[in-house]
Amino acid sequence: MAQAGTTNRPLSPHLQIWRWGPAMFVSIMHRVTGSGNVVGIAILLWWLGAMASGKAAYDTFAWLATTPIGYIVLVGITWSFFTHMMSGLRHFVLDIGAGYELDTNKVWSIVCPVMGVLLTVLFWAILLLR
Amino acid sequence: MGNGTSIGRVRGLGSAKSGSHHWLLQRFTAIGNLLLGLWIAVSILLLPNLSYSTVVEWVSAPVPATAMALLIISTIWHARLGLQVLFEDYVHENGSKFAVLTLLNLAAFAGAAFGLFCVIRLALGGAA
Repeated sequence: MAQAGTTNRPLSPHLQIWRWGPAMFVSIMHRVTGSGNVVGIAILLWWLGAMASGKAAYDTFAWLATTPIGYIVLVGITWSFFTHMMSGLRHFVLDIGAGYELDTNKVWSIVCPVMGVLLTVLFWAILLLR
Repeated sequence: MGNGTSIGRVRGLGSAKSGSHHWLLQRFTAIGNLLLGLWIAVSILLLPNLSYSTVVEWVSAPVPATAMALLIISTIWHARLGLQVLFEDYVHENGSKFAVLTLLNLAAFAGAAFGLFCVIRLALGGAA
């Protein structure tokens, strides 16, 4: 805290002092998956770059993407995308001032990450089983 | 920092110093991401396969090329805004904060320029 005038201001208690709950989890995961989606953007750019560079570059990309590690990364970024999308939709509802009742908030804090996982499973099921 | 009205006492504080415009842009780009993210997910599932010729033919067509360009702009803009908040929250030293935000801006513009260039090259048939 190098800012003059802000050094003596109180700090809120940090992570370790709170009892874990779904709302806390979904909030933290929104930030984690949002950061994870940067990896997704990088892979999207790599995919487009491989396409624009020609067939040889694309085949290298496709080979890497279909190795076990490639699949783990791709499944990871799809999960990250869908989870961030679901908690982002939750944020839209909270932004209009709705969904702050304790029970409602708890339900959607659980439903959103679960939906993220289900959408990931659905996406890969369709992709691999078609 | 003023000391008169209640808004004057808080204006300019916090790790970001200001925020409504940033907050709104994060939402506008989020809506774009939602539409375009679902578009690319569904498009990938609707393609018969993901071979070179199939994906290049797909992304070279006018509407997919436009959507892909918009996806690049919307997601990178949103990521740039989100990572800015992340750095403002966790990088406390002013010089380091300035440095990482500078790098973030360079990376965001470089990434977007690269993605858009690739899409344009594909759409205009430069890649054979």
